[in-house]
Amino acid sequence: MRATFVASEVGNGLRRNLTMTLAVIITVAVSLALFGASLLVRAQVSTMKDFWYDKVEVSIFLCSKGSDTPSCAGGAVTAAQRDQIKADLESLRPLVDEIYYESKAEAYERFVEQFKNSPIVDNVTEKSLPESFRVKLADPTKYDVVASAFAGRPGIEQVNDQRQVLDKFFQLLGGLQAIALLIAGVMLVVTVLLIVNTMRVAAFSRRRETSIMRLVGASNFYIQLPFLLEAAFAAAIGALLAIGSLILMKVVIIDGVLAPSFQFTAFVGWDAVAAIAPVMLITGIALAGLAAFFTLRKYLRV
Amino acid sequence: MILFDHVTKVYPTQQRPALDDVSLEIEKGEFVFLVGPSGSGKSTFLRLVLREERPTKGQVWVLGKDLNRLSNWKIPMLRRQIGTVFQDFRLLPNKTVAENVAFALEVIGKPSSHIKKVVPEVLEVVGLEGKENRRPDELSGGEQQRVAIARAFVNRPMMLIADEPTGNLDPGTSVGIMKLLDRINRLGTTVVMSTHDAQIVDQMRRRVIELEGGHVVRDQTRGVYGYAR
Repeated sequence: MRATFVASEVGNGLRRNLTMTLAVIITVAVSLALFGASLLVRAQVSTMKDFWYDKVEVSIFLCSKGSDTPSCAGGAVTAAQRDQIKADLESLRPLVDEIYYESKAEAYERFVEQFKNSPIVDNVTEKSLPESFRVKLADPTKYDVVASAFAGRPGIEQVNDQRQVLDKFFQLLGGLQAIALLIAGVMLVVTVLLIVNTMRVAAFSRRRETSIMRLVGASNFYIQLPFLLEAAFAAAIGALLAIGSLILMKVVIIDGVLAPSFQFTAFVGWDAVAAIAPVMLITGIALAGLAAFFTLRKYLRV
Repeated sequence: MILFDHVTKVYPTQQRPALDDVSLEIEKGEFVFLVGPSGSGKSTFLRLVLREERPTKGQVWVLGKDLNRLSNWKIPMLRRQIGTVFQDFRLLPNKTVAENVAFALEVIGKPSSHIKKVVPEVLEVVGLEGKENRRPDELSGGEQQRVAIARAFVNRPMMLIADEPTGNLDPGTSVGIMKLLDRINRLGTTVVMSTHDAQIVDQMRRRVIELEGGHVVRDQTRGVYGYAR
């Protein structure tokens, strides 16, 4: 194997086919950037799930005087009902991880704390807020068990799962991710087709060289290697551009815009970017290499 | 060296076989002319020897190998032992004489120290010393064919296949090329040459195999081009 000879062949090939090489680099960069972005969204969703599922609770709101749901027909919750609910919740362990009773006074305190800069506080009194049990589940997906056990019971106004609210949000993000992945998939197909065509043109424009190589007994590997390396090289450049744009997304969009505006939630860290970057690089090079390999098998036969 | 055993070749798009039940043997060190009109099967014969085609029926043995049973990845090894020269020279226009010859060695992975040594040697054998740095378009047809022969011979192959090497050359130049091929033959390389050039065949007085319509119609040691002339 003569490395300098192969390297000069690769350099010549890339220069002679410059426009096609640029086209390959750009499509690889765009499709991989989308691919990386969709992976980043997925990482973001899983980061947020980890962050929020630890914090979400099932809230069991108890009836107060003015409640108008059918289960509150008997007026405000009685002490006996409250104790029974508490006992029933305790019996659900270990499904239920933590049980915490919030009185009207505590609810008001929390409300005031949450909305301290808002005029809404003035319209709310301690009495208008319901008392509640806050329940943390060991497995947040088992909400149905709690809901079916308590919803509609006398003395309980409403069973609320915060997770359901979050899930809508995660579904939205999941949808966005699916769209990004779909576009990335289409772009990757376009990239493969472009590489196939580029290799065909390259093989055609160098048919004189390759036919001589065949005649003098160059191995298939030796004939195809410069073409494969050209495709892999263009793909690697494209992948590096895509990784650069991923880093830019993290710096500008996530760290620059989203994180300062939404401080209550967690965002993906650099570890996620570091995990996605090699996936992008390998995907790009492998895709280009395979596309080139199968094209060349057809056009550079012994 | 070459053994054809009842070889028939039918191309997929054609009804009539290009070669029809051909059996012949060419020994080591021979100089053989392959003559016959266009379409008689000369090129098919050479392509079968180079394993660019496979026979439809029969066996082709080259350099002791049954080409039917030679696996694809061993074909390059076979071709390294066979030099090839064509009517149209097949040189790379953007490389110099020396680079064209060196290319044949580079692509089979020879070290550059070896290339630096053997390229000037072979250029001297073919009579191109002093023209190493010319490009093909600065050379006459005869000189270009000498470059092609140098490229075919630089590996010191067991056999040289020449497909109408003088087809594009004037008679005077052709004589020079034939002298060169004769010299290469005397160095121990078997030469198989297809040609239309009656004068050359008559002068050389070597073995002549005549093909017509895919059949061997004549196989003569020390032959001439044709009786009818």
